[in-house]
Amino acid sequence: MAAFTAPKIVSSRSEFEDSFTIERYLATGGYSALKKALGMFPEQVAAEVDAASLLGRGGAGFPAGRKWSMLRKSPLSYLVVNGDESEPATFKDHYLTERDPHQLIEGTIIAAYALQVSQVFIFMRGEFALGLERVQQAVNEAYEHGALGSKIFGSDFSIDIVVHPGAGAYICGEETALLEALEGKRGFPRIKPPFFPAITGLYGEPTVVNNVETMSNLPWIITNGGAAFAALGTGRSTGTRLFALSGRVKNPGVYEVEMVKNTFRDLIFDPQFGGGIIGDKAIKAFIPGGVSAPWFGPDLLDLPLGQDEVAEKGSMLGSGSVIVFDEDSCVVRAAWRITKFFSRESCGQCTPCREGSGWIERAMYRLEHGGGREEDLALVLDLCDNISPGLSWPPQQTTICVLGPSIPSSVVSAIRMFRQEFIDHIEHGGCPHD
Amino acid sequence: MEVVRMTDVQHTPVSITINGRAFEAKPGELLIEAAERAGDFIPRFCYHPRMEPVGVCRMCLVEVDGPRGKTLQPACFIKVNEGMDVTTNSEKVKKAQDGVLEFLLANHPLDCPVCDKGGECPLQDQTLAHGSGETRFIEEKRHFVKPIEIGELVLLDRERCIQCSRCTRFAAEVAGDSQIAFSGRGDMIEVAPSPNEPFDSVFSGNTVQICPVGALTAKPYRFSARPWDLEQVESTCTMCSVGCRVAVQSSGNRLTRVLGIDSDPVNQGWLCDKGRFTLDSIDGNEELTDVLNAATRLREPMVRRDGELVAVSWGEALREAANVLREAGDNVGVIGGSSLTNEGAFAWERFARGVLRTENIDAQFGDGLDGELIQALPKATIDEAVAACTLVTLCGDIKEELPVLFLRLRQSAVKDKNSIIELSARPSSLANVAKATLTVRPGEAHLAAKSIVTGTVPVDVLYSAEQIAHVRSLIGETGQGVVFVVGRANVGESSVIVEAAIRTFAESFPEAKFLTILRRSNVYGALDMGLSPGLFPGRTIKAEGAGRDTISQLGAMASGEQKATLLLGGCLLGNVADLTLATKALEASSNIVVSGHGGRTLAYAQVVLPASVGYERLGTVTNLEGRVTALTPKILPPGSAWPDVAIASELAEEFGQTIGLDSVEDTAKVIEATTGYPALSVLESAETNGSLVDGDQVSIRRPMDPMAFPGIRSVDSVGLGSHVGVTAPTPVLKGTRGKSATLASVEAGRESVTPAIDGYALRVNLTRRLYDNGIAMQGSAALLGLVEPLTISLNHVDLERIGVESGAQVSVTGANGSVVMTVVLDDAVPRGVCEVPFGVEKLSEENSLRNIIDATQVLNQVRLETR
Repeated sequence: MAAFTAPKIVSSRSEFEDSFTIERYLATGGYSALKKALGMFPEQVAAEVDAASLLGRGGAGFPAGRKWSMLRKSPLSYLVVNGDESEPATFKDHYLTERDPHQLIEGTIIAAYALQVSQVFIFMRGEFALGLERVQQAVNEAYEHGALGSKIFGSDFSIDIVVHPGAGAYICGEETALLEALEGKRGFPRIKPPFFPAITGLYGEPTVVNNVETMSNLPWIITNGGAAFAALGTGRSTGTRLFALSGRVKNPGVYEVEMVKNTFRDLIFDPQFGGGIIGDKAIKAFIPGGVSAPWFGPDLLDLPLGQDEVAEKGSMLGSGSVIVFDEDSCVVRAAWRITKFFSRESCGQCTPCREGSGWIERAMYRLEHGGGREEDLALVLDLCDNISPGLSWPPQQTTICVLGPSIPSSVVSAIRMFRQEFIDHIEHGGCPHD
Repeated sequence: MEVVRMTDVQHTPVSITINGRAFEAKPGELLIEAAERAGDFIPRFCYHPRMEPVGVCRMCLVEVDGPRGKTLQPACFIKVNEGMDVTTNSEKVKKAQDGVLEFLLANHPLDCPVCDKGGECPLQDQTLAHGSGETRFIEEKRHFVKPIEIGELVLLDRERCIQCSRCTRFAAEVAGDSQIAFSGRGDMIEVAPSPNEPFDSVFSGNTVQICPVGALTAKPYRFSARPWDLEQVESTCTMCSVGCRVAVQSSGNRLTRVLGIDSDPVNQGWLCDKGRFTLDSIDGNEELTDVLNAATRLREPMVRRDGELVAVSWGEALREAANVLREAGDNVGVIGGSSLTNEGAFAWERFARGVLRTENIDAQFGDGLDGELIQALPKATIDEAVAACTLVTLCGDIKEELPVLFLRLRQSAVKDKNSIIELSARPSSLANVAKATLTVRPGEAHLAAKSIVTGTVPVDVLYSAEQIAHVRSLIGETGQGVVFVVGRANVGESSVIVEAAIRTFAESFPEAKFLTILRRSNVYGALDMGLSPGLFPGRTIKAEGAGRDTISQLGAMASGEQKATLLLGGCLLGNVADLTLATKALEASSNIVVSGHGGRTLAYAQVVLPASVGYERLGTVTNLEGRVTALTPKILPPGSAWPDVAIASELAEEFGQTIGLDSVEDTAKVIEATTGYPALSVLESAETNGSLVDGDQVSIRRPMDPMAFPGIRSVDSVGLGSHVGVTAPTPVLKGTRGKSATLASVEAGRESVTPAIDGYALRVNLTRRLYDNGIAMQGSAALLGLVEPLTISLNHVDLERIGVESGAQVSVTGANGSVVMTVVLDDAVPRGVCEVPFGVEKLSEENSLRNIIDATQVLNQVRLETR
C-alpha cells in the first residue's frame, strides 16, 4: 500500500459539519488567497496557475493555464464556471458545491482577476437543490464580505457573479451547449469551428469555461504557490484529484487522492477509500473515468491514477468517476443502462447521435431482456462504428460533439471484454442474473 | 508602383485538392459548393444555399486532411482554405454517409406511397442513389400523432421529419418569425409550434417548399396531385410588384401549385403565402356566377340591358363599348391597368391616346406616387438596397406591402449589419432590426425630410433632435451609399406630403438612390408603358398639357364632365380610398370594364369585357426595380376571355382604326423597336432573372438545385425561343427616345404643402395589409379567413381622453360623415393618430372609414365620440 501523505487541497474542510458557512471558511483561512492574489499582478496570478500545471477537472483535462492564455483580447470577455455535473456516478462537483461553496467562489474570483474578467456566470445543474442554495448563499455572503461587487477588498478590481441553474439536460455540461443555454437558447452544442470559446464564446465574446473543481484548486495554489502544487503528482498530472467512487465497493464516496502516486487498486481497496468489494467478491471490471470512458479489467488495477497513464491504456480519467463491477454484476445490463442514459440525453441535433443512440439502446435492451440475436452484436458494433469510425481511442466521431463517441465506449467494451456473457443472454432469452 | 486593391486580394482563388485533382475554389467558399463546381456532388439534407450552414444532418461528411490526419468533416460547414486536401469518395466517407442515411431512415416511416413528397423527395432520391436495399432496423419506429397543424396553412407530420432544421432556420433566420422550434430531445425531438403563438408567418409556405421530406405539407396542395403528373412553366408572380420568379405547375388545365425559383437578384427562392396560396382565385371558383362577387371569373362579354348585365357575343359587346365611348366624345378617360402585362398596358395606351385621343389616363388609383417623380428619381435595384450601408424607409410596413422585399431588406440588417432607419408613424416589421425608428405622423413626412436635411426640429413633432442628428450622421453629406425606400404609407393622406419629402431627399443627397415601392403587381410596367398623365411609353415625358389623374377623373365623372370611363380591371371600388367619391363617380359615368374578375364595380358597368389574368397570360412584367421578366401561360382562360392586347385591338377596329398590334409577341416587338424597352428579348429568352430596363448587367441563370428546392423541375428552355415567330428588332439607341423625366421637370408647378392640423381630431393613418379583402384573397379559400377585422386603433392617451375602453363602439366623424367603428388599444400608434387597416372590410360594409374620408384633402382627420 502506498503512503497517503499528500495534503488535502480541495476537501480540506471535510471534517467540519459547517464547512459551507462563511464563518468556518474565514476561520480556516478563507479569502486570504484572494487578498494575496489582489496584491499580485494578474499576470503573476496566471503564471502561478500555469506553473501548477493544473489540468482542467471537467473531463477533457486541458491545462487551465493554457486555456487562459488563449483568451482573445477584447473589451468584453466572460468567465463561466461549469457546474452542470450530470453524468451517472459522477458527483465530485456535487460534493464541492454543497460542502465548500466559498472555496469555489474564492477560486472563481481569483481566476476572474487573473483573466481581468468582471462578469462571471456559474452554471449549475438545476437538480443540485442544496448545492444551488449554498452557492447562491455563498455568493450573497461574498458580496457582503466585500469579496464580490465593486472594487473588491479595496482594490481596483470589480466583479459580479451570477448563479444560473440549468434546466435538466446533461448536454449542457458540454461547454458550447452550456453557453447556448446561458444565452437563453436551446442547449445544442455549437458546431466547430470556431473551436474555442476563448475566441468566440458567450454572446460571441471571448469566454473561459472552467470546471468547479478546477476553480476550487486555485485558493490553495495561490496560497502555497504553483510549484508546491506541481510537486504533487507526476508528469502532466499534478496535484490531487477528487474521485467519485461508486459501484460494488464497501465505501462509495468522494476521495481526494494525489495523482499518479496512487493506483486504482489503492482507491478501490484501501480502507481509507473504497475499502474493497462488497462481500469481498472478485472484481470483474471497472470504469476509470465515468460512463463515457472505455472499461478496464482487473489486470489494470495497478495502473496509476494519472491522465496520460490511463490514456495510454485506451481510456480516460475523464470526470474522475470510478465505477466498480463485481463478479456478479451483469455487464450487459450495465452497458444497456449507460446507453439508455446517452439515448435520453442526446440533444437530437445531429443524426448519428440522435438516431444511433436510440437504435443501439433498443438493441441493447433486447439483448438484456430477451429477443437478442447473435447478429445484433455485429450490428451494434457497426452502428457504434458509424458514430465513432474505427472504434479506436482517442475516438473519431461523425457527430458534432463528444456525446456521440461516448455512446460506444461502454457497449464496445462490454462486447469486446464479455462476448460470452452476451451469448449467454441470447441463449437464455434474457438476463441470466435475474 | 503597383496598386493592390482589397477586391483583387479577395478574388485570388484558393487552390485545393479534391479526390486527388487540383481545383481553384473561390475564397470563403464552402467545401460543399466548391466540390459541386468541381463535379463531385456531396449528398446533403440540412444544407441550403440561401441559409447559414449548420452541419447537423452529417450527410455531407468528407475526409479533410488536417493536423490530426484525415478526419471526417461536414463539407457544408467547412470553408475552403489554401492547400486543403479533400477526399469525397473513399471507403471511409462512403461508410460514414451510408451510416448517416441508414440512421435517417431508421425512424422514417415507409409511407412514401401516400406522401405528397414522394417522387420529388430528396430523402427518397438519395436513398435510391446511395442507400442500402434492406433495413437492419427491426425495432418499433418512433410514433407521433399524424399530422398536426402548426399554422393556418401548414401541417406537420413529425414521424417523417429528419430534423434538418431547414424550416426552423428559415423561420428564425430568414423571416424572423420564430414561432416554430425544436422541442424534446434524442430521437423524440420534434419541431413544435410555440405554445403561445401559432405559426402565422406570411412566409410559412417556404418551410413546406424547402422541407427535404414530406414532414411539412401545405393545406391547399396536400393530396391534390402527384409530382410526376404535373407540368411546369417558369413565370413571374403578379401578386405585388416585387416580381418573384416562380415555377407554375398544373395538372391538365388545373393550377396545382407555385414554387419559388431561386432568382438571385429578386426572390432567391422565397415567396410569400399570398403569392403561393391564391391560385384558386384564378381557376378555383368555377361554380360562382355572381358577377358582383370578386371571386367570380368573367367568362363571357356582357352588356347592360334593362338594368341587368346579360351575356352577349364579343362582337355585340365591342360594338356597345365603342358606342358608349364614341357618344362621350372628348369627355372620356381611362383608369387602371396596373395589373396588366406590359404588352396589355402598351396596347391600351395606344388605344387611349391613339383612338380615344385622351390624356386622362392613370394606372394608379390615387394611392400611389406621381409617375413623373418616380421616373425622375435615381433608381436603386433590390440588390443595391440590400447592399446600402444606410437604408432609409419612408413607406408602409414592407412586410405587409411587399413581403419578399422585406425578407431581402431584413437580411441586409441582420446578416450584413447595414443600418436601417425608419420614418414611420409606427414601428414596422423591420423595427426590431432597424437602427432607429423616427415617429413621423401623418402630415409630417415633408417636415421630417427637412429636419434630416437641415438638422433643425420643429416643435410638436415626435422625433427628437438626437434622432435627427443620428440619422444625419448615418446618411452623410451627399447620401453616398444610401438608399431611400419610399412609398405611400398612408392612403388617407395626399401623396403631395410624401412626394415633397422625396424631392427634398433627392435634391439634398445627390448620391443617394431611391427604391420606390408601389405595391400593385405591374404598376411599374404600366407607368413605363405610359398609363399615366404626361408619361409616354419608354419612360419619356410630355412637357405640356397633362391629363387628369384618377382622383381628378373621379371628380370629373361625378360632376358629369367625364361622361364615359374605360376601367382596366374591375376593382376600382376596392382600391380608391374615398368610397363616397368613387361611388358618385361611377354612378354618374358610363363605364366599360375590362376585367378577369367580377366585383362590386361591375354594378356600375355598361359593358363588361372578360380578360385573361394571372398564369393564363403571355407577356412581360416589370418589377419595382425596373426588371422585366416573362410571364409564360400555364392554363387557358375560362370561357371566352381574351388577352388585353386582343381586346384593345378589336375595340380599336370598332372605331375603324388600328393600333397595329396583332399579338402579344408582336406587341413586345413593337415596344422594343419603338422604345428600346426589353420586352421581346425577355420574352424570347425568358431568362430567370429577366433584364433591367436601361441595365447593362448580364445575369446568369442559377442552376436548379433539387436538394435545395425540391419539386421544381429543371426546364431546358424557359423562353419562347423560335415559337415567337417574329424577328428581334433593332434596339432603339438611348437618346433617340423622348425626353426623360428629371427632378426639375417634376418640381415645376408644385407648391409646398402645409396641412392644417386639428388639435381636437385624430389624424388618419390608413395602412395596407397583405391580407386585405382584394380579389386574390376573396377568391382564395385558404387565405380568406386570415383577413383581420376592421377596427380603429388608438394610443391609450387618446383612448382615455375620449373616455372609452378598448373594444368599445365609437362614433367616427370625418369629412364625408359619420360611421360607427370598434376602437382598439394599440400603443404603437402615436398620440393624435388613429390607425385603420385599408381594404380589409367588405365593400358592402356601411361602417367603413372609407365612406367618410375625402381623397381631395391633404390630410384626413376624424373625431371620435362615445356613443
